[in-house]
Amino acid sequence: MVWQTLKRWYHMLGSPRYFYTFSSRVLPWLTPIAVLTLAAGLVWGLAFAPSDYQQGNSYRIIFIHVPASSGALMGYMALGVSGLVAVVWRMKMAEVMLKAIAPFGAGLAAISLVTGALWGKPTWGTYWQWDARMTSMLILLFMYVGVIALQAVIRDPRQAARAAGLLAMVGVINVVIVKYSVEWVQTLHQGSTLKMFGESTIDPAMKYPLLLSMLGLWLLYAVNVLLRARTEVMWRERRSKWVNKLVKEGDR
Amino acid sequence: MNAFRAALGRELLVLWRSPAEIINPLFFFVMVISLFPLAISPKPELLATVAPGVLWVAALLAVMLSLDGLFRRDQESGVLDMLLTAPVMPVVPVLAKLLAHWLLTGLPLVLISPLLGHMLQLPDAALGTVMLSLLLGTPALTIVGAIGAALTVGLNRGGILLAVLVLPLYIPVLIFGAGAVSAAAGGANVDGILAILGALLALTISLGPLAVSAGLKISSGN
Repeated sequence: MVWQTLKRWYHMLGSPRYFYTFSSRVLPWLTPIAVLTLAAGLVWGLAFAPSDYQQGNSYRIIFIHVPASSGALMGYMALGVSGLVAVVWRMKMAEVMLKAIAPFGAGLAAISLVTGALWGKPTWGTYWQWDARMTSMLILLFMYVGVIALQAVIRDPRQAARAAGLLAMVGVINVVIVKYSVEWVQTLHQGSTLKMFGESTIDPAMKYPLLLSMLGLWLLYAVNVLLRARTEVMWRERRSKWVNKLVKEGDR
Repeated sequence: MNAFRAALGRELLVLWRSPAEIINPLFFFVMVISLFPLAISPKPELLATVAPGVLWVAALLAVMLSLDGLFRRDQESGVLDMLLTAPVMPVVPVLAKLLAHWLLTGLPLVLISPLLGHMLQLPDAALGTVMLSLLLGTPALTIVGAIGAALTVGLNRGGILLAVLVLPLYIPVLIFGAGAVSAAAGGANVDGILAILGALLALTISLGPLAVSAGLKISSGN
């Protein structure tokens, strides 16, 4: 039963036209929720959460740093999955997603690197260290750039998306290997304090605002992807009747 | 298997008849390496410290640059479309092409590397590891780079784009390759690192040619 529903969803959302009307219905309430969640998480974390007993207030950058890093990683995983669907099943919406997911993810990777560097200076005494996590994030940024660059130079949008999809699939394997190979180098970055399973080693007063801002940023990422995908769908289907009708009616 | 042998023979012959494609990567390798003592300093102890990284980065760039035109001539002459529509799986001619390319451009780099390692003041005990690490690493670099070459085959300005696509994918091989040479220069046991390099090679040999032929199909619009 669940499988049937999922299958129906897959086929329905695979249709650009259905996706357009679906996202028109989702965006009006998803956007405010995303903005409010992120704002609440950030205000709570930056202004009200207790300061750290060792790092004082400088630790508060994690309320931006951790959501950005996790968003960048998840974004690349999503690129890889879209790539698989686009290359193997040649689904149009997966091709659209390949174009829609990359820019925001690249921005998040950059934010993660910059905030990490700013925090590293007072805490570790250096802006940059070739440590496992930082190097992986830098490579992740490079691979986002590769996916975007490849799509920019191939003129045919379908071919561009499939090429980028193949690159993203190879890239996902690479992220994993890079992660483990740079751990050979002495690691300076602390381990994760948020754990999916078992006890987190972060104080609850810091954990909840962190989780809230992570959720908010992920939702904002989703909003951004939907918006970009809508523009891309409109462009790709610009010769179809339904898009022309929408344009004539001035409907957004 | 017959198709593989025929394709291998063809590729070797085509490459053999354009010696510049074989010689240029080799000279590039030698020249880049000779820049470093001039740029950094000819002090033996300093050179020996940076030698593993210099050797590996230079070899990596030589392999990558040699790949830029890997499929271009075949695409322009229409051979590529023939290969993709031939009644064998495209992986077979692709694998033959990669093997031929590596034999004539990658293997010479491996063979000359001990000489360059010696010029960079690496201890003699590390020279075997230099060769062995490059022997395991350059085929992996060739295959991974060929994925990028396949995706950019139809584009005129392939060169720089190829580097942007491929260099991040080269990093694991670079880490373990240069790591093995450094460890050997320090007198440590390198069996473990070489084994990981071998594992990376096995991974790229088994999955890489599939990705290359998928890339060629995408680029040729099939």
